[in-house]
Amino acid sequence: MNTATKRMLTGSKALSEAIAQEMERDPRVFVMGEDVAGYGGIFGATEGLLNKFGPERVRDTPISETAFIGTAIGAAAEGLRPIAELMFVDFHGVCMDQIYNHMAKIHYMSGGNVKLPMVLMTAVGGGYDDAAQHSQTLYASFGHLPGMKVVAPSTPYDLKGMMTSAIREDNPVVFMFHKALQGLAWMDQIDESIGIVPEESYTVPLDKAKVVREGTDVTIVGVQMMTHAATRAADRLQAEGISAEVIDLRSIAPLDKDTILESVRKTHRLIVVDEDYLSYGMTAEVAAVVAEEALYELEAPIKRLAIPNVPIPYSSVLEKFVLPNADIIYDEVKRIISL
Amino acid sequence: MLSIEASQLKWMYETMVKIRYYEETMVQVYAEGKNPVFNIGAGPVPGEMHLAAGQEPAAVGICAHLTNDDTVTAPHRPHHHAIAKGVDLMKMTAEIFGKETGLGKGKGGHMHLFDPVAKFSCGGIVAAGVPHAVGAALAAKMQGKDYVAVAFIGEGAANAGAFHESLNLAAVWKLPVIVVIEDNAYGISVPKSASTAVPSNDVRGAAYGIPGAYVKDNDPLEMYRVSEEAVARARRGDGPSIIEIETYRYLGHFQGDPEVYRKKTEVPELHQRDPIVRLKNYMLAEGAATDSEISQMEEHAKAEVDAAYQFARDSAYPSPEAALDDVFEPVHTGVTAEVAATGQDS
Ligand SMILES: Cc1ncc(C[n+]2csc(CCOP(=O)(O)OP(=O)(O)O)c2C)c(N)n1
Ligand SMILES: [Mg+2]
Repeated sequence: MNTATKRMLTGSKALSEAIAQEMERDPRVFVMGEDVAGYGGIFGATEGLLNKFGPERVRDTPISETAFIGTAIGAAAEGLRPIAELMFVDFHGVCMDQIYNHMAKIHYMSGGNVKLPMVLMTAVGGGYDDAAQHSQTLYASFGHLPGMKVVAPSTPYDLKGMMTSAIREDNPVVFMFHKALQGLAWMDQIDESIGIVPEESYTVPLDKAKVVREGTDVTIVGVQMMTHAATRAADRLQAEGISAEVIDLRSIAPLDKDTILESVRKTHRLIVVDEDYLSYGMTAEVAAVVAEEALYELEAPIKRLAIPNVPIPYSSVLEKFVLPNADIIYDEVKRIISL
Repeated sequence: MLSIEASQLKWMYETMVKIRYYEETMVQVYAEGKNPVFNIGAGPVPGEMHLAAGQEPAAVGICAHLTNDDTVTAPHRPHHHAIAKGVDLMKMTAEIFGKETGLGKGKGGHMHLFDPVAKFSCGGIVAAGVPHAVGAALAAKMQGKDYVAVAFIGEGAANAGAFHESLNLAAVWKLPVIVVIEDNAYGISVPKSASTAVPSNDVRGAAYGIPGAYVKDNDPLEMYRVSEEAVARARRGDGPSIIEIETYRYLGHFQGDPEVYRKKTEVPELHQRDPIVRLKNYMLAEGAATDSEISQMEEHAKAEVDAAYQFARDSAYPSPEAALDDVFEPVHTGVTAEVAATGQDS
């Protein structure tokens, strides 16, 4: 390993580097969104881009999400490769028509004749008391509708590699980055927000989950913060002789069924953890895949852990109660291991 | 002769002082637990915090013409509107502290304050409160009341679809609603000139056939006069209007904002024209209040704010399980107690 590959970056630096490298490589790539230019994005995803590429290619927009996301669609149809930032995924409500009825469907409705090579990048996640309208992940809301790839990387390495893939992809990609994994100076400092990121450009596939920890007794499937919570739970379980396999989905849609099924065939137990609402969510989707294709492999009922169908409350005590965490995962593993 | 009654001037002054002191206290309280390393989720008041120090004239100038029956909706920067509308200060502060005695039992927080008694609400989605005010105005009209509704938004929000759709609807239906646009020059980091195709939003009234007014230089007296006309027009049944006011945001977009987008000299310059100082000087010069009345009002306002913060600190946090309550009303209207008791509604 040469020293360059040991370089450590935060999530936000990894993201902005991927975008910068693609903008250098391809003049059709440009960025627009609220506060993405001089301010570098509220969550730092576009830091430094204005200085490098100027205001033609790094555009601050009015607070008009329908207009600028629709504009990205129109420009993509003309062959440009826009990256539009929806500041918080929670704001999807004001522009969902453009996303769901247009961005996701035009390729299909045109019989494959219109390509939309665009990235809709957006910040997700809670855990810092930002309450019901600024803390959601909404993974499943976006994963539900056919026609867009939906990714949610968990490490700086994957943030860079998957952003590079997303920009090069000829289909619309909803790229969700988790606020807590951006390594921002003003948020809780967590180890997982910093990681090794090679300087040279590279891609990570948009459709492959990753086994981030191998184990034999139970499979824990998560994404972003819940992958990290699962890994922490697995560390504790290891000390007690319980071997948990942790899968980082990385991609919400398409779902990498093979990696999940292969793991369950080995461990025979499954817990799915999600920082999204429980009902009709990612946990249900993963559980259904396993029930359909590997039911008889299971030695215990599947357990789903997610936000219990309430909006995300403001007060810390309340928010902590509704978000799954490593302790809950640990307890549930102990419980289903003894079944 | 004073063109505005002394009692109104005094109310405006005391309320502006209260707002300013509330926000300045919040600067300190919000910083608790966030030193030496700022962490947005730490301290007694975590999460985002958008303060309105400097923006008092917008709130008091129009709320001076409202009664308890009138409705106000506000955006993510809502404290000045809430205070001017008479929201319960203790419960509001407790809410911001995430306590069970808060307006929303700790579920809402600073951007999501709901006080149906004061007919006040706010929210974190830009421009979303405008149609709610239109709805309140529709309800007043349908019920034959002369109530009005006021929607406060920032100048950045005047580029959102919800603003334009709502004004058109309100104009078509001639509803008693006033949209007050606070032009504090920025939407987060983006200056108005970079986001807005017209220099001021009052002209956008023409698009909907309704009047628009622009109040310059954060002037509470002018805001009062312009609002008097707009509120009277709405109460008469003559329909909606727009008021935009040039105002000052002394603090960052949110607390912790590095404010790289504006010159370091900008805020000190704005302070030179502070609207509270200007109103005080005006009242003294016009004989609307004496020095001792002024200090009495200031003390009174501060005591009320201090008491609210104390109440919030002394209140208990909700129990964690309370997170599961309040998604729905426990029993649907029309469902008898008997049916609920069978467990169908649990
Ligand atoms: C629909 C939507 N888009 C974006 C945001 C993020 N956001 C919150 S406040 C803000 C700026 C608002 O500017 P303005 O309306 O001028 O109000 P100010 O903050 O200046 O009071 C933005 C972009 C949001 N909350 N909702
Ligand atoms: Mg503004």
